[in-house]
Amino acid sequence: MRGFTTLFGKEVLRFWKVSFQTLLAPLVSTLLYMLVFAQVLDSHAEIYSGVSYREFLVPGLAMMAMLQNSFSNTSSSLIQSKLTGNIVFILLPPLSPFEIFAAYVLAAMVRGFAVGACVWIASLIFFPHFPAHPFELLVFALLGNALAAVLGLLAGIWSEKFDQLAAFQNFLIVPLTFLAGVFYSIHSLPPLWRDISRFNPFLYMIDGFRHGFFGVSDIAPLESFVIVAGCAFALSWLSLSLLSRGWRLRN
Amino acid sequence: MTEPIVIRKGRPGFDGAAITVRGAKKSFGKFEAIKSLDLEVKQGEFFALLGPNGAGKTTLISLLAGLARADAGELSILGFDVNKEYRQARRAVGVVPQELVFDPFFTVRETLRLQSGYFGIRPDPKWIDELLENLQLRDKADSNMRSLSGGMKRRVLVAQALVHRPAVLILDEPTAGVDVELRQTLWKFIRRLNDEGMTILLTTHYLEEAQTLCNRVAMMKAGQIIALDTTQNLLAHHSRPSLTLSLDQGKALPAALMARATSLPAGRFRLGLEDFAEVEQILASCRSEGLEIKELEVGQADLEEVFVRIMRDTPR
Repeated sequence: MRGFTTLFGKEVLRFWKVSFQTLLAPLVSTLLYMLVFAQVLDSHAEIYSGVSYREFLVPGLAMMAMLQNSFSNTSSSLIQSKLTGNIVFILLPPLSPFEIFAAYVLAAMVRGFAVGACVWIASLIFFPHFPAHPFELLVFALLGNALAAVLGLLAGIWSEKFDQLAAFQNFLIVPLTFLAGVFYSIHSLPPLWRDISRFNPFLYMIDGFRHGFFGVSDIAPLESFVIVAGCAFALSWLSLSLLSRGWRLRN
Repeated sequence: MTEPIVIRKGRPGFDGAAITVRGAKKSFGKFEAIKSLDLEVKQGEFFALLGPNGAGKTTLISLLAGLARADAGELSILGFDVNKEYRQARRAVGVVPQELVFDPFFTVRETLRLQSGYFGIRPDPKWIDELLENLQLRDKADSNMRSLSGGMKRRVLVAQALVHRPAVLILDEPTAGVDVELRQTLWKFIRRLNDEGMTILLTTHYLEEAQTLCNRVAMMKAGQIIALDTTQNLLAHHSRPSLTLSLDQGKALPAALMARATSLPAGRFRLGLEDFAEVEQILASCRSEGLEIKELEVGQADLEEVFVRIMRDTPR
């Protein structure tokens, strides 16, 4: 247990020591999104009845920031360790694959939550609001962060250079988050794009999270929960299996 | 008086080898890094694993440390299988990697505290201070790893490998880039650990270090062990002391000596010796021929000569 808590603590300390980059920078960029989009589009669009566009944006942007930061924490920590060689400090001790998995994923979730909480608190400047279903909100934040952290872990294990990780992030994670209904409702899309969007697991995270905020969403929250939990479970199983085999780590 | 160092023990009652390798094989693609290798290092030994670059030493260490998995064979540390009982095996071993690696986010002390935790033990400030003291890192304890010189970073790696008081210590070229004074300090400390019962497996390209420190030596070439014996036996069987004589230009040794001598430039001749008593007989033989010896040098047998000879005489 001590091995796990130490690795978890080290991963938290790692991002905390560079909090300008890991906490403050995502907060500032999310607030800039809010400021620009809300000011420009607020008077033009109302997605749900009684929910202004600036209100609609907050949960989506908060979730997007959480997902991107959870992903970054696991992926950047692993790739840096692999490339600098200090991954041996994790591989030499008697840490089990599950301990390594849990420590990396939980630390990334802490960073995701910290960024999400900062964004939510700062968003109160734009509109004071308390979530309609806090428990639901928490469940989707938890699952979303976990899923992104596991994806980051997989990307970190798979990548052998920064370029590969950047490709994973820029060609998979960023499009999936931007096209997951952060800035729009999928009902506003043409039928074909609406159907394609249904294959994006990030859509269900953001939509379920938004339901926790407003009590309204594009997709039934239970359906979103099942899909997100299923994806998180499947990817966790895959990560654990790769860690157990030592794929691209113990070679 | 210095306190004895407490070292972790293996399985209770276990008195077998510290390191056992049976039929280990490892390939990377078509390249066979380790070819069916057997090795046993007894508890308490100071053991050298020597070989040219690419011989497979680091691969073997990686297999023992769990950094890579063998394609075949069995490897154990103090009787613990490195794969099936990896937790116990890894707790029993400390490894100083060859690469100069460090985590740039932390100070020396933080690094050692973290490493203790990874091994499942509460950081022991007294032991950490002792390691820092013995490795001359005390004044750098709170410095960030990035600010240390190469030699200091290597000593931190040694401290990291020892932080959980392993029964077996594997040092993969630990003195590369470390200056002479600190190298001596390091060896003094490692010798003390060996005296306290810690088994040491060392790879080095400084063969005089291996000769001075190690009781037994294994030499590897192309993934196989080609020589394995006590240091004394290797020196006795593969190397002899020598006598180099310098005569006036154009002069030759007596015929009986000339038959076994190697001619060197500038009127010098080298003769292999069975023992040092032979020196007097050789000098007497020269005097009886009226030869004037201008210079004389007696050379000790050394591991470097043994190494070169064994590597040269063993085909790939």
